[in-house]
Amino acid sequence: MSKQPHVVHADPVTPLSVLSLDGDVVNPDFLPALSDEQLKEIMYRMVFTRAWDDRAVNLGRQGRLGFYAPVSGQEASMVGSEYALNKDDYVCPGYRDIPQLVWHGLPLYQAFLYSRGHQHGGQVPADVNVLMPQIIIGAQVLHATGIAMAFKKRGEKRVAITYTGDGGSSEGDFYEALNFAGAFKLPVIFAVQNNGYAITTPFKKQTGAQSIAHKAVAAGIQGVQVDGMDVLAVIKAVSDAAERARNGEGATLIEILTYRFRPHSMSDDATKYRTKDEEAEWALKDPLIRFGKYLEKKGLWTEEDTDRVKEEAKATVNEHIKKAEATEKMTVPGLIDSMFETTPAYLEEQKADFQ
Amino acid sequence: MAQMNMLEAIRDAMRVELKRDPNVLIFGEDVGKVGGVFRVTEGLQEEFGEERVFDTPLAESAIAGLAVGMGTQGFRPIAEIQFVGFIYEALDQMFVQAARMRYRSGGRYNAPIVFRTPFGGGVKAAELHTDSLEGLALQTPGMKVIVPSNPYDAKGLMISAIRDNDPVFFMEHLNLYRKFKAEVPEGEYTIEIGKANVVREGSDVTIIAYGMMVHTAVAAAEELEKSGIKAEVIDLRTLLPLDIDTIVESIKKTNRAIVVQEAQKTSGVAAEVIAQINEKAILHLEAPVLRVAGPDTVYPFALIEDTWLPTPARVAAAVHKVLEF
Repeated sequence: MSKQPHVVHADPVTPLSVLSLDGDVVNPDFLPALSDEQLKEIMYRMVFTRAWDDRAVNLGRQGRLGFYAPVSGQEASMVGSEYALNKDDYVCPGYRDIPQLVWHGLPLYQAFLYSRGHQHGGQVPADVNVLMPQIIIGAQVLHATGIAMAFKKRGEKRVAITYTGDGGSSEGDFYEALNFAGAFKLPVIFAVQNNGYAITTPFKKQTGAQSIAHKAVAAGIQGVQVDGMDVLAVIKAVSDAAERARNGEGATLIEILTYRFRPHSMSDDATKYRTKDEEAEWALKDPLIRFGKYLEKKGLWTEEDTDRVKEEAKATVNEHIKKAEATEKMTVPGLIDSMFETTPAYLEEQKADFQ
Repeated sequence: MAQMNMLEAIRDAMRVELKRDPNVLIFGEDVGKVGGVFRVTEGLQEEFGEERVFDTPLAESAIAGLAVGMGTQGFRPIAEIQFVGFIYEALDQMFVQAARMRYRSGGRYNAPIVFRTPFGGGVKAAELHTDSLEGLALQTPGMKVIVPSNPYDAKGLMISAIRDNDPVFFMEHLNLYRKFKAEVPEGEYTIEIGKANVVREGSDVTIIAYGMMVHTAVAAAEELEKSGIKAEVIDLRTLLPLDIDTIVESIKKTNRAIVVQEAQKTSGVAAEVIAQINEKAILHLEAPVLRVAGPDTVYPFALIEDTWLPTPARVAAAVHKVLEF
């Protein structure tokens, strides 16, 4: 049957991918232009992030970290999307998006402090263009629109990127942000890391839409779906979106199809809502294996390289967790003094109870 | 000196600051060409352009969230929430994201935002246009709350609010926008945030109020004077930080107090004021401090609001109660 002109249509979308599961280039048109050194750097960061995640999970079990949301499986999405940006672009993360913060410049020990519930974890250094992780799902999506509007008003060729999950794409703030970005043509990238589950709720119960990327249509911005286990595809999608944003062509919503190999947080049991078959299927798409094969075929990477990076990551994590543990404890008077620029008299009085 | 009503004074404050600081912006629903549904921002887009004063899509959480994002980049947004009842849509962005920005980031970021909203009853507006929601804001660490009662204060406090590096919830009483004109200086002047004002001196009882209720309190005080009762009236002006010192000084003189608020009686500004009086001045009291407030119902539909709201007669009755205790 032919399309009826008065009915809004949205054609099915096929995710952008560059590499096959065996690491062969299947879409050369979308292959991002990267030097061998850059390709190795990307692999380095993904292997490092995996090893750091492994170590962080152990540190969590030992009680040396606080709230921690595992990231294994999402390295291509996290590392690749950040790699596609400039250092003066702004990153507005959700709580799981710690790797993007660290690769964008947040010292690792501060990420650990954040996890431990130390205020210094959020004291982003002045030259690092990130917000601290956001707990309220989707709140940061609006902040990114505000930051993007600041860039636009000042005529800066900078981009704000914000991350949320498939669950976050159901929040009202998400729609308001997309709509504002469309109405004001803002240089912002909405990266939705669709890892299949909002804690335990599967994607099919999240929305009746055929994809999250389709939600861009109603906001008048560009929508893109990308294979989030393929780091080159992620880099391509984010690079293109950033270029459009810098050229004044407005916002892009990128749905990144990915998977978290571990549970949502350290305190839930993924076996209750996922099957072994599903996990095995996604394991085949492991972004480290896939990109690793690509690099091996190019003679750029070996297993020894992976082992070396893992050791380096372990040593770095140990150094930074020690630094986090050695950081001066917070005090209640110190917290009180962080409420306002100048502590009002009534808070000075309340401070006295803790001195 | 110019004669201005309160909305003109607020507009003048914003004009002064738009001129002084290129980082000051005004945005919200309908604030641009038309100048807002109450014309508070009238003429400002024409004078400063669409880059500085602009309309947004209709979405309160996004208006507030946009302000938070821009605030992190050094802009000083004045974000208008068109009517007070619509702040519920923006509570996370106002009371969580803006108010916690300095704390969460350990001072790396701040939120130098003024959230303006009209509120206040007695004007027969539609449901959720008039409620007194300042009590919600008082439970929000990190947010300052200002409620002016007259044009002079409104301008000076608005300029202070715009210059403040922390978020300010600036509540403008609908019934005061065009109620009367008063002398307002040209150019810039500030009124310190957190300083109450003794608007009428007296020795027998202290009446503490803010916003429209300052005028109700003064009317009551004038009535009481006819029977020889001298009431002191304090206009709080800022609800957070609260100027308890001015209140205590007054109570040392009068030994009796009542607190008047439009909002529902329970757990509001009056309850907080009385708690602080108990902490700081209980030995100076000759009677319990009473509240005159709206009853604990939903803010009523228009036809009954004049009965629902505190009146000079109810204030006077409370004064008699504390005097006769």
